[in-house]
Formats: sequence, C-alpha cells, structure tokens
Amino acid sequence: MKDDNSTVVIDAGERNQLGHPLDYRELNRRIRKALSEGQERIVLMNVMGQRYIASATGSPGMRIEIHGTPGNDLGAFLNGGTLEVFGNAQDVTANTMNEGRIVVHGNSGDITGLAARGGTLLVKGNSGYRVGIHIKEFEGSGPSLVIGGFVNDYLGEYMAGGTILVMGINCPESPVGLNVGAGMHGGRIFVRGGLEGHQLGPGACLAELDERDAAAAEDLISQYEAAFAATVDRTVPLRKVMPLDSRPFRGHYDSTTI
Amino acid sequence: MYQHDTRTASPRGPAAPRSFSERSYLVDIPERHKPRHGSCGIAGCMNIDGSLISGSKIEKMITTMSERENGLGSGFVAYGLFPDFADEYCMQFLFENEESQALTEETLSEWVYMIKDEKVPTFPQSGMSPPFPLVWRYFVRPKTGTEAYVRTGLSEEDYMVRLVMSINESVPGSYCVSSGKDMAVFKGSGYAREIAKFYNISRYKGCMWLSHSRFPTNSPGWWAGSHPISILDWSVCHNGEITSYGVNRKLVEMAGYKCTLLTDSEVVTYLWDLMVRRHRLPVTATAFAMAPWYYRDIERLPEDERRLANQLRITYKEAFLNGPFSILVGRSDPVTMIALADRKKLRPLVMGESEDGNSVYAASEECAIKSVQYDAQIWATRAGNPAVVKLGEGIVRRGTEAPFLGAI
Amino acid sequence: MRTVIKVPEKYLPLIDREACIRCKRCIKSCSYNALEFKDDKVRVKDGCVSCLRCVIDCPTSAITVVERPSSYAPHAVFSPEIRRSIMAQANSGGVLLSSCGANAEYMDIFNDILLDAAQVTNPSIDPLREPVETKTYLGRRPGKVVVDEDGKIDLDASETPIVVMDMPIMIGHISLGSISYNAQAALFRAATELNILAGTGEGGLHNDFYCHSKNLCAEVASGRFGVTSQYLKEVSCVDIKIGQGAKPGHGGHLPGEKVQKLISETRMIPLGTDALSPYPHHDIYSIEDLQQLISVLKESTEYRVPVGVKIAAVHNVGAIASGIVRAGADFLTIDGLRGGTGSAPRVIRDHAGMPIEIAVSAVDQRLQEEGLRDKVTLCASGSIRTAADMIKCIALGADVVGVCTSAMVAMGCTVCQQCHRGACSWGIATQIPELANRLDTEVAAQRVINMFHAWNEELKEIMGAMGIDSVESLVGNRDRLRYIGPNPRIAEILDVKHSGEGWG
Repeated sequence: MKDDNSTVVIDAGERNQLGHPLDYRELNRRIRKALSEGQERIVLMNVMGQRYIASATGSPGMRIEIHGTPGNDLGAFLNGGTLEVFGNAQDVTANTMNEGRIVVHGNSGDITGLAARGGTLLVKGNSGYRVGIHIKEFEGSGPSLVIGGFVNDYLGEYMAGGTILVMGINCPESPVGLNVGAGMHGGRIFVRGGLEGHQLGPGACLAELDERDAAAAEDLISQYEAAFAATVDRTVPLRKVMPLDSRPFRGHYDSTTI
Repeated sequence: MYQHDTRTASPRGPAAPRSFSERSYLVDIPERHKPRHGSCGIAGCMNIDGSLISGSKIEKMITTMSERENGLGSGFVAYGLFPDFADEYCMQFLFENEESQALTEETLSEWVYMIKDEKVPTFPQSGMSPPFPLVWRYFVRPKTGTEAYVRTGLSEEDYMVRLVMSINESVPGSYCVSSGKDMAVFKGSGYAREIAKFYNISRYKGCMWLSHSRFPTNSPGWWAGSHPISILDWSVCHNGEITSYGVNRKLVEMAGYKCTLLTDSEVVTYLWDLMVRRHRLPVTATAFAMAPWYYRDIERLPEDERRLANQLRITYKEAFLNGPFSILVGRSDPVTMIALADRKKLRPLVMGESEDGNSVYAASEECAIKSVQYDAQIWATRAGNPAVVKLGEGIVRRGTEAPFLGAI
Repeated sequence: MRTVIKVPEKYLPLIDREACIRCKRCIKSCSYNALEFKDDKVRVKDGCVSCLRCVIDCPTSAITVVERPSSYAPHAVFSPEIRRSIMAQANSGGVLLSSCGANAEYMDIFNDILLDAAQVTNPSIDPLREPVETKTYLGRRPGKVVVDEDGKIDLDASETPIVVMDMPIMIGHISLGSISYNAQAALFRAATELNILAGTGEGGLHNDFYCHSKNLCAEVASGRFGVTSQYLKEVSCVDIKIGQGAKPGHGGHLPGEKVQKLISETRMIPLGTDALSPYPHHDIYSIEDLQQLISVLKESTEYRVPVGVKIAAVHNVGAIASGIVRAGADFLTIDGLRGGTGSAPRVIRDHAGMPIEIAVSAVDQRLQEEGLRDKVTLCASGSIRTAADMIKCIALGADVVGVCTSAMVAMGCTVCQQCHRGACSWGIATQIPELANRLDTEVAAQRVINMFHAWNEELKEIMGAMGIDSVESLVGNRDRLRYIGPNPRIAEILDVKHSGEGWG
C-alpha cells in the first residue's frame, strides 16, 4: 500500500506495441485498480477520446483529474467523488449520475447530464443539445447542472426534478435554444439573460424566482465562481422555467372500451 | 426496394467463390469484428491556403474514433490530388476481375477519350477478408465533339453522370467510386486503419480530406457501398439513417440518378449534385431543404426569408432528409467542405480551427480534431445549420448563423 | 296481377318491457315508421333499418336492434343479400339503389398492411415533447426554384398557387342536397377551425357559407350547379369532378322532392325539379378537352388558386392520372371504390373500380416514372376510416387524404346505408326540416373537430415511432410498410415488401 495522500498518474497517451494509445478498458482498469488500492487521487494525462472514464466509480474522497479530451459517457453512473476535466468533455457526460461532482474547465457536448438523479455538474463554457434531459429527483435529492455559457435546444426535456442553471456568460443573445423544458414535469431551470416565451417547450412556463429559488441559484453561482475562479455579475436578472403541471399530457388519451 | 445484385456472372450458391462485391451483414462478421458500439465516424480537414495535407493526418483523425466503427467499411477522399491532370475527369474504379475491367474499358472507349490510366497500388492487410478488388484510375475527357454526344442533349457533367450510372448499373463487377476532377475516393470493406493501409493513404497529399468509418446496420457493408459516396466532384460521408429514404430516392430517380450502392446514403450525394449543380441552388438553401427549420420557427423569420424558407420546403419536400444524420460534403472548384447535422441534432458533429486559422476540421468527436491539432478552437454547428469552408476564402459559415446568411 | 312478394325484414328492434317507461320517444325518433304505440305498448312494425336512433335516444336503454333470427336457410353461394336483392328486383323491375361505400369485405387491403417503427439505429420521436409536423400543401409545385443569372433565387418566378392545411386531411366533396344545411354547416365550420379543406360537393355554395371560403374547395361537376364567378373566385381551390369512387362512370340524380327552396337557390335550378348531373362532362370527351376546362378555370380564377381534377379509381388509373397532370391539373384526387355516396346503383357501388390502396400506389408510381410526382399534389379518398388507414394511404403515395364517411359518423351517422331515401334519422342525409333540425351544428362541428384532432395526434404518434418528424417524409415512403395479407401479388403491385423482408 502506498501513502493515501500520494497521487497516481496515468498517461493515457502511452502507446502499446501496435502504436495505439491506451484503450479505455485498460485506462479504466488502472483507475479501478488504484481505487481498490485506496489511491483516491488520480491524474490522467494525454487523454484523447477514451470513453466511459470512471464509469460507475465513486467514493466520497475520490478525485480524478483529466487532462485532454475525454470521450463520450465520462462519469456515467458516477456515485460520488469528483471528476475534474481540464479541457472539453464530449457527448453524454454524467450519464445517469447518482452522486458526486463533475467539473469541466471547458465545454461539454450534447446530452450532458442525461437522466441524472443526483450530484453536481459544473461546466465553465457552453454545452450542446438536450442538456439535462430527464434529470429527476428521488428521495429528496436531485441533481444540479450549471452551464457557464450557452446551451442549445431541448434544455431540460422530460425534466422531472433537480435544478439547471444556465448563466450565459459572454453570450449576447439568449443563452438557451428552443423547446426549453419540453414536457418537463418537475424541477426548475434558471436562465440568466434573455428568454422569450416562444423558446419554451410544451408543458413549461415562465415564473419569477421565489426566495428559496434565489438562495439555490446563489449557491450554484457561488460554486461556479469557486470552481473556476470567476466572478459572476449579479445584476443580470434570472428567470425561472418550471412545469405547468406534474402530468402535462393527461387529456391526450381516451380509454373508452371499443 | 433494393434489388439484389444479379449482374455478376459468377453463381451465388454456397460454394461460389466470394467476390469483392459481396455484401456483409452483421450476422456474417467474424468474431474479431463483432460490434461493441454503435454509429459511424466522420472526419475532415482542409488547409485554406491550399497547402497540402498528408493522408496520414486524416488517417489519424478517423482512427482516433475507432470506437465508432465495426470493420464493415471505411474510406477517404482527397481533393487537390492531381495537379498535373486537374482538368481531366479522374474515374477511379473497383473491379472484380480483369474481365470486368475489360468490359468497363470497352464502355469507356465509347464515351470518353483516355488521357492516362494507371493501377492504383493496393496493399492487402492480413486482417482483411479477401478477395480484394482491382483498383484502377482513368483520366478521361468526354467525347463531346461526337454526334452521339450531341444526340444525348446532355451537358458535359450530366453526360459523365450518365456514364457512371450506366457502368454501375450494367457492367458486372465494376463500380466507379469517384469521377470528379482533381480528386479521388479510396474506400473498401474493413476497419479505417486497414483501408488506410490498403491504399497506403499516407503517400497521398491533398488540400482537403474527408473520411468515414462505418457501422452499417440496415444496409450491407461492402466495398462499393462504403463511404465517401461520390459523383463528379461531389463526395459525401454520412453518419445516420434516413427515415425518409423512400421519398428521397423518388426524387433522385426522377432526375435520372440510379441507386445501385445498396445504402441509403447515396441519395445524399445525388441530392447535392441535383440541387447545387443542376438547379444552381446556393449551398445554404440546399442545406435548408435537407434539414429545414420547423414551420413554427420559420414564422419568426423576416418576410423575405420566410417566403424563401416556405418555398424551399414546398418545392424540395422530397429532398428533406428525415431522421438522424451528420454529413461532410466535399466538392472542387473551389475546393469546399460542408458540414451539416440534422434538424433535431441527433448525430454528433464538431468543428475545429487551428490557432493560425489556416486549418479547419470537422469530426464526429472532438478527440479526432485534438489528436492532430491540439490547439484547435472547437465549436459545434447548430442543428440543420451548415458550416462551409472554402479554399482561399476560409470559413464562409460557422453553422451558427441565421439560415440564409452567405446564401450566394 | 299482383307480383309483389314481401322481402323478409332484415332487422328487429327488441324492447325490454321491464325497462321501457312508455315515453314514446323511440316512436318520435324513428324516421322509418318502424315503431308504433298500441295497447299501451311500444310495438314493432316492418321497416327497421338499424339506424340506431331509437337505441341511442331511449332514456332507459330499453331497445336493442338485432338481425332477424328468422333468416334464410344458410347457403354458401346464395347469400341472404343476394336472395333479397333478387326478390326486390322481381317485385319492382328496378335498378337497386344504395348509399355509403361498397359493402364487400374482400376489398380491404389496409388491414393487410403493417407499419414500421424505429429501433436502435434511429431514435423514435416523442411528438408530445418534440415537434412533429403535419402541415401540408395542396397545389402544383414548380419542381425546382428559379435561380437567376447571378445565382439568386427568384421567388416571384418560383411561387405557385398553394393552399396550406394544418393536417394532411380534406373533408371530401359532399353536396348540399345530399346532406342537410346543418350537416354541411358543421363540416365547413370544422374545416375552418382545423384549418383544413372541405369540398363543397357539386351543389354550389350557399350564401351563408362564403364565410368559410378560405377553407373550401369548390367542385365543378357535369351539372355545373351553382357554379358562378363568385363561387370560383372566392374559394381557395377548384376541383373538376369527373367521377366518384362509389359510382365510376355514373352521374347524379337529386330527386325533385329534395329540391326545395334552399337547394333550389344554391343549385340555381327551379323548385321541385330533378337535379341531374350528366354522366360525363359534355365539354370533356377527351384529355384535350379536360385541358380546355382546366385552362378556362385557371383563366377565370386569374391563376390565383389551384385547379384540380377528381376521378374515380378505374383500372387504367395511372395513365389517366398522368394525362390529367399533363393537362395542367395542380392537384389530383383519386377516389377508391369503397368511397361513399348519397345514392348509387348497388351494382356499380359494389362492383366497379379499384380499391384506393392499389389506385394511390399505382398513380404515385406512374407519376414518379414520368417525372411528374414532384409537380402535383395527390389526394386519395375512398373509405379512409381511421388514422391507421390515413397513415397507410399516405405512405402508399397520397399527400392528402379525403374523408367523408368517418366525418358523417362523427356527426352521428351509423352507416345504415339509407341516405338515398332522404329520411336520415340523424338529420344528416335529409332535407326534411324536422329531421334536419335534429342535428345541432355546433355539436356536430365540435365532434368532427375532435375526431380529426385525434387522428392527427395518432398520425404524429406513428410518425414519431417511425423516426419521421414531418409528414412529407411519409408520402410514398413504402419502405416503411410491409404486407401481411393473403396475396403477395398485391404487395408486388403496391411496391411494398412482405412482412419479414428487411432492407437489403
């Protein structure tokens, strides 16, 4: 056993006999090995597209630094600890995250945070389409997704709980696309900057923040500032998107005996 | 609606010799090729100043995304490849055997003047399944002075299209995989790294490269059906499945194109040729017709653009590519790269630009770009919004603008 | 000499004596005089047509209508219908009349077609959360947009007269005369509310209905009833009726007793005279003549509205359709043999023409072969009963489906097939004021709206499941259909693969 405080460094760019960089299976095998040996501080260097990094791992003290461009499904089913990406993340980051924290010092791709039910995701820059799709609350805990820049269409589609904050930093236009909150039936989305009615999807509505909302938003903004050493201008107003109803399409069906 | 290929002379019983034009479906894949993950990969790179890029760069881009392929097809296209023959059509063929080559040459001699022909060197790789095709290229000039040509009433380009369609449809074991000027397609059945080695892609240099690695599902994997799919100087790498295929096919067949490659993707190539070359539509209008805005969003456009948007949707409703896709499209004169994702953004597509602004990239995944240009500035195009890069001009559109900007 | 032998009664109303409260409402309801009140009881007489008006009106649900148990001795060849029709003709020497669409099971091909859905290789779409579009255009399309010398798109040169609809549905042509004022008012109101088209039928357009003209398609039939310059100019499209699926090659005959003030004014014919629609248009004996009529209508409407042609599906329908498009029609309606009618000789209704499934497919393929399919809108009608039929019909090649009978059913019609008798107990196919007044226009309109809304939602559900987010990508998309019926030759003709066959 090594010292618990030491850091394990894994070079994902290391070449095998065929000249190929480290396969994701080998990379994850080394990560899991380190974790099983009690090494909770891990640094991955030269990551270039390796997928599923740290999937289904998680312990409160785990901390994995990723340098480079991690592949799709980073931190899928994450169950605790922290992943910190120094670069951009690709698609489906934090897929079905249960607990833990993912910090991306760059952008993240489409479908970020799919179906998460807990944990926190902080993205310094922008994200793509369908961010926070179907995130949900369960037994009192819900996920929080914070995007510093803008996101594209279908933000919070099917959303059933949790909190999304889109801050629109350096974003002159509305920081969210079309169909925001399409079919949402739980949770809340805070949008800092422009947002017009036509951008909302079916089942979503605009509302003012109440005191608890304001406190939650302030907490997320502070976390963002701390994670990225940023200062966020508090004078830009926040707007809230919330569900019209917890069962938005009740009138859609007919159950007559035919 | 696909017709099984009954053209090949060899019998197709279980004991018949395998041929390169045989199709592999998932069920046929050897154990080592068993798919682990879904979807195709696409990658492209271009130097705006026209300086040449080695094939090894695109090889690295596409193989970085090896998780996206299953060994049933890959290919490359290079532009700016034949400066000495830049004015001639380069017809590159996959032949099943010498006989199909001889039949093809017979047809060619009726249609075109032969300027030069050469064997394309190939290097079969141990992991690949034989037999391998003969690969040959011909630099040709259409026989436009003849009475036969005049009687066709076709433009020079349409004459070439008809020649390609006619060979692909009726010469057994012969497939023309590219027919444009100053470009050529290198493709086949295998993993991207195998196809790259099969053609020794690194020995070629071009100012623009596009590439594709394939994970075919509903359509078979075979040599001629691999991407890029090309006609004249158009080439298309397509990641997606076209849920409107029956509709799109109707339109291109009405315009005289023949769908012979057993993949939904070939209609995309013919649509670009039909709309941009023959109908002379601007690239942005063509992209809009393929991935149109929703009507309710069109309503919010200024009046002129709204009229245009509606008219494109009405006129070209059969050109609308429904279902998920991201495509890279290449053409010459000037060398242009177009990158476009479907209007729901159901397939991945990212762009990259080097710090000096001279190199522009497109790929399914950012890692493909970062693997060759670590300093690249990365951005994503918007759903149904084309990025357009032109030789000598640079990034004409980033794919994040209002719909018809740069329409001319 | 008395030649009449009674044709056995077909239906029997059964009255639950315990439940009956003797309110006599059923007797009032029955427009066929099949019930009477005698000896303090509701009694059954002859003449029940099973229109179910009494059943639905009865406040205690005391009435059930059944087929008479005293049926003909079973025979595999001489069915009761055949024996009954022989008896009737022996009585009268007449051509048997009927209404609604063909009553023959073997012609239903829709039920032999299965739809596709997306699994894995492309994502299905949830139409409740993401847009799935059903907007549809009717009219000629230019084939390509005009691009000028400088490479700019010339919109003025590219645009053609087009009607925009929110659903790929048109309420078919049902004339005032064949149905009541209230029924037509309800259909027109529904069309306007839904922003789809409704056909006027061949009986002209009543003054009260010009308010709906933006959603109306004006029919020009061989009788030219009520065809005026206002009629042509105020509606949004004009349709030349050559034929009708229920009676191809046949004309029309509205008996004089129905030609009361309302009909007389609208059709512009004298009170009480028969309204006869000649079998052919006597200005159309050939395709050049059709071109002439199309042209005069375009000239008269100043090229502002699409002009279409409606034909019955007959054996050579592909070639006829191509000729019609070449003659200048902007849209083309094919009416299949199961299509409805207010009155038609039974022998034609049940035996002439072609099912719409085959006809629409044949026309779509033929127009494609001739490079015309991207220039014209193809409408198909003839027993599009449900959303499933509509979806299959579109995938077989129709841009728009025409619906009549189902809209009638939505208003209350029970398809008892007695329209030709003019005594519709539901107030739909009648001109008798006390019967016609039974139909509440507003209620009927809302019911039609509800039904088409539901169909459109079902269309979106199916398209979403197929991974298609706009209806134009379903039109003629036979790849997404498979045949599962008894006759694979039909699949070949439809150009649809058999169930179990994949892509390659």
